[in-house]
Order: sequence, then C-alpha cells, then structure tokens
Amino acid sequence: MLSWSFILGHLNYWLFIVLMMTGLYIIIAKGNLVKKIVGLNIFQVSVFMFYISIGKITGGTAPIFPVDMNIDPEVIYSNPLPHVLILTAIVVGISTTALALALIVRIRETYGTIEEDEILVMDREVLSKRVLRETENSPGKSL
Amino acid sequence: MKHHLILRVVTKLLAGLIMLFGFYVQFHGDYSPGGGFQAGIIMAAAVIIYGIVFDINHAKKVLPPWFIHKMLAFGVLLYAFTGVISFFRGLNFLDYNALNSHYPSHGQHYGIIAVELGVGITVTGVMIAVYYAFGSRSSEIRDEDW
Amino acid sequence: MISYVLQYDYFGLIKHLPILQVLIPFIAAPLIVFIGKRNISFWLTFLASILSLIIAGTLLITVQSDGIVSYHIGGWAPPVGIEYRIDHLSTFVLILITLVSTLVLPYIRSSILYEIPQDNHTLFYAAYLLCLTGLLGVVATGDAFNVFVFLEISSLSSYVLVSLGSYRDRRALTAAFEYLIMGTIGATFFVIGIGLLYMETGTLNLVDMSNILESQSTSRTVRSAFAFIVVGIGLKLAIYPIHLWLPRAYTFAPSAVSAFLAATATKVAVYMLIRFMFTVFKPNFLSEMNVLEFFLLPLAILAMIITSIIAIFQKDLKSLLAYSSVAQIGYILLGLTLLSEKGLTASIIHLFNHGITKLTLFMIAGAYVVRRGGSLLKHLEGVAGTMPWTSAAAVIGFLSLIGVPGTAGFISKWLLVEASLEKGLWPIAILIILSSLLAVVYCWKIIETIYFKDNLIPSKEGEIPKSMLIPIWVSAIACIYFGLNTDITISIAEIASQTLQPDYVNNN
Repeated sequence: MLSWSFILGHLNYWLFIVLMMTGLYIIIAKGNLVKKIVGLNIFQVSVFMFYISIGKITGGTAPIFPVDMNIDPEVIYSNPLPHVLILTAIVVGISTTALALALIVRIRETYGTIEEDEILVMDREVLSKRVLRETENSPGKSL
Repeated sequence: MKHHLILRVVTKLLAGLIMLFGFYVQFHGDYSPGGGFQAGIIMAAAVIIYGIVFDINHAKKVLPPWFIHKMLAFGVLLYAFTGVISFFRGLNFLDYNALNSHYPSHGQHYGIIAVELGVGITVTGVMIAVYYAFGSRSSEIRDEDW
Repeated sequence: MISYVLQYDYFGLIKHLPILQVLIPFIAAPLIVFIGKRNISFWLTFLASILSLIIAGTLLITVQSDGIVSYHIGGWAPPVGIEYRIDHLSTFVLILITLVSTLVLPYIRSSILYEIPQDNHTLFYAAYLLCLTGLLGVVATGDAFNVFVFLEISSLSSYVLVSLGSYRDRRALTAAFEYLIMGTIGATFFVIGIGLLYMETGTLNLVDMSNILESQSTSRTVRSAFAFIVVGIGLKLAIYPIHLWLPRAYTFAPSAVSAFLAATATKVAVYMLIRFMFTVFKPNFLSEMNVLEFFLLPLAILAMIITSIIAIFQKDLKSLLAYSSVAQIGYILLGLTLLSEKGLTASIIHLFNHGITKLTLFMIAGAYVVRRGGSLLKHLEGVAGTMPWTSAAAVIGFLSLIGVPGTAGFISKWLLVEASLEKGLWPIAILIILSSLLAVVYCWKIIETIYFKDNLIPSKEGEIPKSMLIPIWVSAIACIYFGLNTDITISIAEIASQTLQPDYVNNN
C-alpha cells in the first residue's frame, strides 16, 4: 500500500496534513498571542493549498476560451472554481488576522503583556480584588 | 524614519508608480491576474509606505480618516447598488444582463467593472484605515533608534 | 389581510424577497458608516430590523401556501449559480432571528449608554447590522460556500461586539480573542469539509450535492467530510468539550450583545447542522455510520448533566446563564441524534423556545448590570425591592428555563421526553428530567438571592427605563404565550421535520 507512487501521487494531501497539524500545534502549544495568530495563518494556508491542488486536472490547460470561440470538445481545461473560492477565503483570513492583531494591541495596552500564562495569572488575581472594589462603586451610569 | 536618505528618495520615486500600477491591476482584471482585491491592496500599499517613511500625520493630511471611512462604505454601497439596479429591469439580483438593454453581453462587462471597482475602493479604504488605527498608537521606540 | 397585501406586487419586489432579507441589513450597515451621525444610526438600524421582520413573516406565509421558495442570483440557474432556498425550517429560524433583533434593539439603545462610550455607538450599530446580515445569510442561502462566507461575516462581527465589553471589564478582550481563535478553527474545519464534498460531488449547491451523494456509495471522502463538518459546526455550536469559549464570551460582553448572541448565534449553528445532516447527508447515511449513537448522543448527555452542575457553582449571573445555554444546546443535540420525526420536531421547537427564554434572562441580567453595577451574586442581593418588575420577569424566565408547565420550555422538554420514550430509550428520558431538576437548583439560587436576601447596596435610581423594561416584558409574555398556544410553533416544526426526512420516516 505504501508504495512510492502512492506517496508521490498524493503529495499534496501529505503536505496539507503536515501544514494543518503544524498550524494547529502552534495555536495550542505556544503561549505568545502573536505566535498563535501565526499558527492560525499557517492552518488557513494549508486549506488554501488543499483547495487549489484539487483544481488541477492531469493534462489540463488554462481555462480560457480562444478569441474566435472555436471551442474544441477534445481539450481538457483545469477547474477555475477552487481559485475563486480561495480568493474569498484569503480575504476572510486577512480580516481575521487584522481583527486578532487589533485585539492583541488592546490586550497589550490593558494588561501590559501578551504572554498567555501571565494574562491568566492577572485575570485570576484581579477577580478577587474586583469583587471588593465593585461593591464600593455607586451603581448606575459609570461612564 | 526621515533620516534614512535612501528610504526617503526611493519612496518619493516609487509611491506614485505603485499607485499607478494599482490602477492598472484594477482595470485589467479580466485580461490578466488582478481585479478588485489585489488592486486595493496595492493602492493602499502606496499610501502606507508614504505614511511609514514620512510622518503618518502627513499621510493623514492627504487622506483624512473621515474620508477613508466614507470611502470604505461607498465601495460596499456601489457593489450593492449594481446588484439592485437589476431589480428595476425585472431581473434577479446581480443579473448583469440588465445593465445594457441592447447587448446583454456588454452588460456583463459593465457589471464586472462596477463591482470590481466597488471591491477595490473598499479594500483600499480598509487597509489604509487599519494602518491609521495601528499607526496612531504611541510608539515606545524613538525614531532615531530605528 | 396578508394575502390581500400580497396581491399587490410592489415594484415587483415580492419575488425578490429571499435576497432582500439579506440585502436590507447589508445595505444599512455601510449606510450608517457613510452618514456617520449617531442619532440617525439607531433609527436606521431599527428600520432595517423591522423591514427584515416583515420580510421574514411574508416568506413564512409564502412558504406555507406555495412551498419552497427558490431564488437564482444573477439569473444563473443552479447548480451553476448560487441559489437562495427558503423552506419551512429556514423561515422558522428567520422569524426567530428577526424577532429577537427587533425586540432587543430598543433595549440596546438604552443599555449601551451605560456600557460603551458615545463615540463608538455608530460603529456598534454597524457591527450589529453586519452580524444580523451574516446570521440571516447563513439561513437563507442554499449554496455551501456561501454558508461559509456568511458564517464568517457573522462571526467576525460578533468577535468585535463581544470585545466592546472591555469598557466595563477588561477580561472581555481575552474572551473575544479566545472566541476568535476557536471560531476560526471551527470555520476552517467547516471549509475543509466543504472542499472534500466538492471533490466528491463536483457541485456546491446543497440540494444537488445530496442528489449526487445519494446515487453514489459511501466513500472515505464523504465520511471524512462529514467528520470535518460536524466538528467545525460543533465548535460554533458549543458542543460539550469544545464549548469553552461560550461562558467567557457571554459573561464579559455587553449585556445587550450577550442577549442577542445567546438567542441567535448558536441557533443558526444548529440550523447549519440540521441542514447538513438531513439535507446533504441523508438520514440513511447517518444511521449507517453509527456515529450519532456512539459519539453525539453521549456528548449531548454529558453536556446536559455536567454543565448544569457547573452552573450551580457560578458566582456570576451571566456565566450561570451561559453554562445553562450549553446545557440547553445539549438538549437540542439530543433531539437530533434520536433520528426520528418527533426528535427533530422537539429540537426545532427547543431552538425557538430556548431563544426567547435566554433573550429574556440575558436582558434581565443586563438590567441588573445597569442599575447595580455588576451581575455578581453580591450585586443581586435583595434587588427585588428596588426593581420589582424586572425581578417578576426574571421569575417567569427562570420558570421557562426549568420547564414548568404553562411556559415555553415545558413544550420542548415534553416533546423530547416523548421522542426518547418512543424510541424505547427510557434512561435518556430519566436523564432529561434529572437535568431539569439540576436547573431547578441553580434557578432557585438566583431567585433566593433576588427576593430573600437583604439589600445592602444603596441606590438612588429605582427601576430601569421603560425602553429596557418593555422588551423584557414582551419576551417574558412570549415565553408564556408560546407555552400555552403552541399551534404556530408546533405546526411549523412538524412540517419542517417532515420535509427534512421524508423517505426515512416512510421506510421506518
């Protein structure tokens, strides 16, 4: 089953799995918030690569009709649809990254750090102080 | 970054060319790789490199933030309006055949140009707005230390 | 009267209803940014929401009289083009979303005066409208990749909305970041599943996909596509082990945002799961895979029991309600895994009933935040003396959450117990009743704190303003109304579940 032709024939799937697992590992294992975003981007890039690689048909040419529109029924064209889907997915990925980075900037300003473990420690210790402080404030409009 | 001579001169030479290339990519999207999204990024890159090398406040004088926010919204409205026009001819949403009553295939061409223009304007606005939002935060490293 | 109104084809707009449902909030959002004035932005949002409600109502009547509504975008016929397809389940969820949005908007207008600085109000309404667009778009569309695009639109705007709670409590930022990471992983898994389905069938139209899948035998591609799609939607749905973003996000978000998201975002994810499980992968495939009994059913039961127990020990009203949301989603998932017509009906009804129950309760929690400065139990002691109307509505909401007869929660739990007994699974029926008893424990904890403790916080202002009180009472009365008069909800849900699995029901 594991012959050379099987491995090389499915090369794009192997690479997709490797990249996807790398991205997921970085998101879970790294503590720095910016590194998590890098891992998220790697994870999304693996999906883009997967989609585009399934669009290529063996022996297929670029999917453009000739100018005089004499369409030869024998010609095989590669599939242009996955490219369009990926363009949309890339834009979604960029928006997510921009939003995540904006959140990281705000977290840095509020907490002073972007390491996940330090933020967790600060959240837990602030909880007890905050309960005492909030009961002294007057309720209602606070801004 | 003003004291880096090479960066200053190169930016002055290139910023206009980058913007021109962005326009080229925008309008040649149906003949070569390009289209609205790519062109928007390139046009925004021209403004952003000007803002990075020279002061961001100079870039804000040329393109003030309120203008960028309105540009952003205008692009989306242009796209939606192109789709809504076909309602008035009785066809479905985003049916480009409605845009030209004599030759429906010309209508497809006009429709694609209009929506790509909308996308390009919006993407430019978004990228410049993101840069303004990030770049306006007070920096912790002095300019001379770069 | 409605059919009289429908005879007039206003500008020929009646046949464009499916796309108008999504288009009206979508155009209103950049319009608000373009105009940029704070006073107009609320009224524009409210107008867009009311128009969406009217369109959803018209679509409900049209679908009930004429059958499935199909709309071809760009004039391209499916499966070549994108199709918007409204059937009974879609109209049900559309009515829920637009109803929740219209009810919560007057409440939002007053409550964000206390929670968000005034400069940000315009952009808040724009983000709210984008979230509404995304949610409506997921339900209205009939094309798989379009589902992903609208899902991401609604998710990104909900990350922004959740992070706006940082003006009150800075932990909203980390909660929004966590929500972002887990939501993006879920959406990316979903898109991998769609890619695998596209590889297998060559089309992206949901109905076309199901026809092609039916005619082929099950291959490994289809099975892994199913796995990816269920896990991806499960991250958005907050199925038990991957629910961790939900309590923090709902606790630290602004209260109006928690009310809106709790009533709509997870319900739309349930809709996606039902659509993919029953329309694309038909029930035959599901029973062949045996995944529902061995995987989703234990997870649903664990969700019901464990998160109810966690909710008992929470010190914050909003996080208690968030954990109970996860438990209620366990109920909905349980109804799905039973794979019978009654089970599916029970899930669809519970979608609606839980939506309006949680809407009421989160709005009440927001009222307490506004008047008492927080929603911890220390703030809630003895609040019924100064805020009697709000606390009375809270009692009604909690009764509906428990499932007392006469309220909306009872209908769905009754149907669920009936569905599991029909299948012969009486241990599951006992577990459903057990988790309702756990709900009694944590609801009683809150009611005791509200009514029976001494009021230690001095407050000058008494009750919340009318613009916040009236939506709370309208949804509280809706809880009772849909518990007593179940004709509308049950009839729609039954027709929806019949259309979703016609062959399976006839053969089994």
